[in-house]
Amino acid sequence: MARFQRSALPGFTPALGITLTWVSLIVLLPLASLALRPWSLGLEGVWHAISEPRVAAALRLSFGAALLAAAVNVPLGLLTAWVMVRYRFPGRDLADSLIDMPLALPTAVAGIALTALFAPNGWIGALLTPLGIKVAYTPLGVLIALIFVGLPFMVRTLEPVLMDLPLESEEAAATLGATRGQTLRRVVLPALAPALLAGFGAALARGVGEYGSVIFIAGNMPMRSEIAPLLIVIRLEQLDYAGAAALALVMLLVSFGLLLLLNIMQARMRRRP
Amino acid sequence: MKPPSLPRRAVLGAALGIAALTRPATAATALLNVSYDPTRELYRDINPVFAAAWRAKTGDTITISQSHGGSGAQARSVAEGLQADVVTLALAPDIDALARRGLIAPDWQQRLPHNATPYTSTIVFVARRGNPKGIRDWADLLKPGVAVITPNPKTSGGARWNFLAAAAWAMRQPGATEASTEAFMRALFRQVPVLDTGARGATNSFAQRGLGDVLLAWENEAWLARKQFAADGHEIVYPSVSVLAEPPVSVVDSVADKKGTRAAAQAYLEFLYTPEAQDIAGKHYYRPRDPAVAARFAERYPALTMASIQDFGGWDSAQAKYFADGGMFDRIFTPGK
Repeated sequence: MARFQRSALPGFTPALGITLTWVSLIVLLPLASLALRPWSLGLEGVWHAISEPRVAAALRLSFGAALLAAAVNVPLGLLTAWVMVRYRFPGRDLADSLIDMPLALPTAVAGIALTALFAPNGWIGALLTPLGIKVAYTPLGVLIALIFVGLPFMVRTLEPVLMDLPLESEEAAATLGATRGQTLRRVVLPALAPALLAGFGAALARGVGEYGSVIFIAGNMPMRSEIAPLLIVIRLEQLDYAGAAALALVMLLVSFGLLLLLNIMQARMRRRP
Repeated sequence: MKPPSLPRRAVLGAALGIAALTRPATAATALLNVSYDPTRELYRDINPVFAAAWRAKTGDTITISQSHGGSGAQARSVAEGLQADVVTLALAPDIDALARRGLIAPDWQQRLPHNATPYTSTIVFVARRGNPKGIRDWADLLKPGVAVITPNPKTSGGARWNFLAAAAWAMRQPGATEASTEAFMRALFRQVPVLDTGARGATNSFAQRGLGDVLLAWENEAWLARKQFAADGHEIVYPSVSVLAEPPVSVVDSVADKKGTRAAAQAYLEFLYTPEAQDIAGKHYYRPRDPAVAARFAERYPALTMASIQDFGGWDSAQAKYFADGGMFDRIFTPGK
């Protein structure tokens, strides 16, 4: 007991115990079983399962589209959050609830709705097809679906930070002769940067693992529009559990690496004044 | 205020339902039939007829529940513990996978007539109204600008039959070799814009999203789609060569023995071969095995050359050659090989 510094709040030990047990049961145990699963194939088998060109193409698409979608959501989400926090307008409450819809909607419903919209005979698809732009059943469709599911993560991460951002600091910048652009660049954005990164990370994580909404719009062509989670499902349906777990493990490691990197960057930014 | 009274018939029905559930286990049997996607309507019609026949014969009540989905996914559910008394799947390898796990006896395909396949089907083309691209046979699918819709053979049983039908045609061309067959399959899949995971998904892409010029489909699924989307005037085209698709059935031994339902499960599958059930299969656009029943539907089913799975050396060899990791399907998507 003496090792821990006594906290003013009671119940530290039971709280820590419960947290550790809970995290182990809910997060670590399934992850550990996943990490152990592929090795029944042997080292060579695992390498074979993850080194096929089709796997590489799927991983590239999944992570590429998720990164790009999260990047698109940075300005988009910032703008949306800014409008929601700083302005009062009729229908604001309605718009506010609409932002959460991609979270609440079953992902399959979102996927089918997006596909219906962007298919060559859909409302938007019918306008784009004569221009030679194909969205549904291409990697572009994957990107659109991931932007859709990622937006609420960005907005909801930014909103509280924007609310706490004192209007006074912007006014102070203005009185000190900063232009609007300078205020935004030098005062507002640095304050928001950690939250932007956090939102980016959340949207990215969601995008990498997204299955339901993407599967309908992706086209699922090997080497071209096939996402990594679909490859996992395909392997499961062939009762190739170890092969599926090998691929899942790769996704897990890459995701973990990316999120760790984002967390480190965030911590660095917070430390800087 | 007096609460609204329940309609008498509903009360009676509920009482009967509860009575049926609480009757001694020897007299009331419940079977679960785990099947693939397009058989939904077929078994919905067959089940009550079998239940009536079973009651007439044994005096016992029987209820049959159905579960449907992609054939591979359904097999996986059973492998993972879904308590299916019988499986009626799209292709033999899915049942073989259960046999390999010890859930079903290895000789399951010899236990019932006709390779344990009570009805068959084949693979046909569905073209748009008036067949504007003039699609008559497999070679027409490679014409520039023709988009072909077929699901992913890795996940869909129907798609594997599609693949084999195309390969069967390519192998029968004059001077055909392994290499020319693979070249044809590569060219064919270059015309495919979307790979849905199941047969129903592909039908929806074609009929509802207006995608593609031709759909490769189960014959029964093609006729069903034509009926359902009658206003679209889809045309069914029979290619010169197709494949004899055999969706097999089996009792799941481990489950039937544990639940003590073997007799009923066995009788249920044998019932599929009776003229009564064969007639229902015919009505749902499956090809009946019973020659007398098949003759009645002859008009509906044009004769065509059908390769059988034996022409591919059986499923084990076809699976390894075409669909396993690194097989032909994987190769035709790998650039530079």
